[in-house]
Amino acid sequence: MQAVRGVTLRVAEGETVGIVGESGSGKSVLMLSLLGLLPDNAQVRAQAMRFADGDLGAMSGREKRRLLGSRIGMVFQDPMTSLNPLFTVEQQLTEPLRIHQGLRGAKARARALDLLRMVDMPSPENRLKQYPHEFSGGMRQRVMIAIAIACGPRLIIADEPTTALDVTIQAQILDLLRNLQKELGTSTILITHDLGVISSMCRRVVVMYGGIVAEEGSLDEIFYSPRHPYTWGLLRSIPEAETEHRLPLVPIPGSPPDMLAPPQGCPFAPRCRHAMPVCLRCAAPETELSPTHKVRCHLTHPAAPQVRWEKEGL
Amino acid sequence: MIHASPNPPSAPLVEAQNLCKYFPVRARFFGKSRHLLKAVDGVSFAIEKGETFGLVGESGCGKTTVGRTLVRLYEPTAGAIRYDGQDISHLNRAALLPFRRRAQMIFQDPYASLDPRMTVGDIIAEPLRVQNLYPGKARDARARELLALVGLKPDHINRYPHEFSGGQRQRIGLARALAGNPEFIVCDEPISALDVSIQAQVVNMLEALQDQFGLTYLFVSHDLTMVRHISRRVAVMYLGAIVELAPVAVLYKHMQHPYTQALLSAAPVADPRRAAQAARIPLQGDVPTPIDPPPGCLFRGRCPKAVPRCAQERPALRDLGGGHLCACHLLE
Ligand SMILES: Nc1ncnc2c1ncn2[C@@H]1O[C@H](COP(=O)(O)OP(=O)(O)OP(=O)(O)O)[C@@H](O)[C@H]1O
Ligand code: SF4
Ligand SMILES: [Mg+2]
Repeated sequence: MQAVRGVTLRVAEGETVGIVGESGSGKSVLMLSLLGLLPDNAQVRAQAMRFADGDLGAMSGREKRRLLGSRIGMVFQDPMTSLNPLFTVEQQLTEPLRIHQGLRGAKARARALDLLRMVDMPSPENRLKQYPHEFSGGMRQRVMIAIAIACGPRLIIADEPTTALDVTIQAQILDLLRNLQKELGTSTILITHDLGVISSMCRRVVVMYGGIVAEEGSLDEIFYSPRHPYTWGLLRSIPEAETEHRLPLVPIPGSPPDMLAPPQGCPFAPRCRHAMPVCLRCAAPETELSPTHKVRCHLTHPAAPQVRWEKEGL
Repeated sequence: MIHASPNPPSAPLVEAQNLCKYFPVRARFFGKSRHLLKAVDGVSFAIEKGETFGLVGESGCGKTTVGRTLVRLYEPTAGAIRYDGQDISHLNRAALLPFRRRAQMIFQDPYASLDPRMTVGDIIAEPLRVQNLYPGKARDARARELLALVGLKPDHINRYPHEFSGGQRQRIGLARALAGNPEFIVCDEPISALDVSIQAQVVNMLEALQDQFGLTYLFVSHDLTMVRHISRRVAVMYLGAIVELAPVAVLYKHMQHPYTQALLSAAPVADPRRAAQAARIPLQGDVPTPIDPPPGCLFRGRCPKAVPRCAQERPALRDLGGGHLCACHLLE
């Protein structure tokens, strides 16, 4: 299985980078592999996985796991599966504090309480002694975030952190992530399929498809001058937010590639209405359109037909 | 409590009149005694022939329960369902049979809603078997025809659900719903489990089928943008009740209920420039559970505009004109 191929991802200090793509596009696999959390039989080839001053790719699984929890905080889609149902919130919060910072007893407890306050947990004193099942989805996600920031991480990886939540609760959690980032100056990688969440949270966007980075750029570059047909397809699949008259949606035909047998050329070619013979044979090289904007599509070749992106209203 | 009449002028196909569905629960926080979970509590609306009626609201507000009760997968606790003029609220199994052909439901989870041991052909033909429609060879032909109708290959009838992707399974569910030529389909979160690009395929197909067969839909979703796209009128639910109901353009531009305002403002806009301008109305707290709800407005615990009266009296749905109904004391 080849879930991610030659992926480079740079996140600057204090920046939020959004990763979007369909299920099976390799978003989560990429993150898990960065963190050494994948089972051994999964083979991942990524170049240049560097974190601060270390090369993540060269680190052993154990070193990576040590990094995780102290320098990298994780927030997953389903807090119920990542929180331990048998331990109180206090136990789960103080564990990383003990392991990574040597905090114990009253000191650890005070810090745990601090952390719950930082994530705006209502009546945090009473909450410490409770178990995850006593919390609502939104509050569990607050606990996850408290654990993620416990040891002052420099990077937070949030994998679909609000997908399972209601809109009004999602808005609360996104506000929280945004404020914490401002306060703590952490960098964030936000993995989501929701272009709305991306719009309101990120400055830079990475669009993944079939295990490769199809396109990456600033928020404006991706939304207003996208160059990859898959990005076009994504943007046309969502209804106009403001228009009075309904424009028909333009779906992407077909379904995402089977990663057990990834297509040979551009992974999007079988669904792409602009595909040329070369697209089915060879992977497209990366073309730099601006210092921030890069795309992997044969259409950027000077000899290729000129296809322009247009979406009414944008 | 006075109920404004939300009936549109033309004869409705489906009508809920003060519909209630309560579930008895043993909530451990309340000791041993039995309590009522009021999943749907006094909901009234009417769906016209050929329209798509959107139903939105947060998790647990009762959307699915409304849908299941409308097609009589549940029997209402109180109130009435009228289908094409007939009161079907308490019909028994046998008496419901003709109705079952006319009203169908498609479900959120395209994985759980198809029996993995049955072939696609058998799944699609199941309602035909129950109704004894298209007997003999005709049934197979009908299954093939339905598969083609939803954009799958007719020879897929011999395959099993696991051989299909999420979007394809949703199409199979749709083919099954369409088998007996229904008039009304409850679409309960039909796209929530699908990828963005596949959602658009399914929505377009629902719209095309509606045009072709004059179908009427109840479209349940928490995706406010998609509901806006597909619906003609939309109702917003909170804790088992409708708090606002209006034609789609009115609801999204001139919503009056504090909950609708907060809900719509919280929906992320997939357009960075608009997202930067959007003003959010933050809502504190979580959605409560409708177990023994207190008197007064159900939303008041989270309402940024609540006044003392909101704690005493439940606001009734009031007609603001032009088919716009809203339940909030501030509008009196
Ligand atoms: N069979 C049942 N027995 C007991 N309680 C139920 C039953 N079905 C639903 N409920 C409860 O009724 C309320 C409304 O549930 P319902 O599934 O209708 O909400 P919903 O709006 O569809 O939510 P979601 O968006 O999560 O699908 C919830 O509190 C739910 O827990
Ligand atoms: S009736 Fe009161 S509590 Fe309810 S929505 Fe209106 S202002 Fe808010
Ligand atoms: Mg539901």
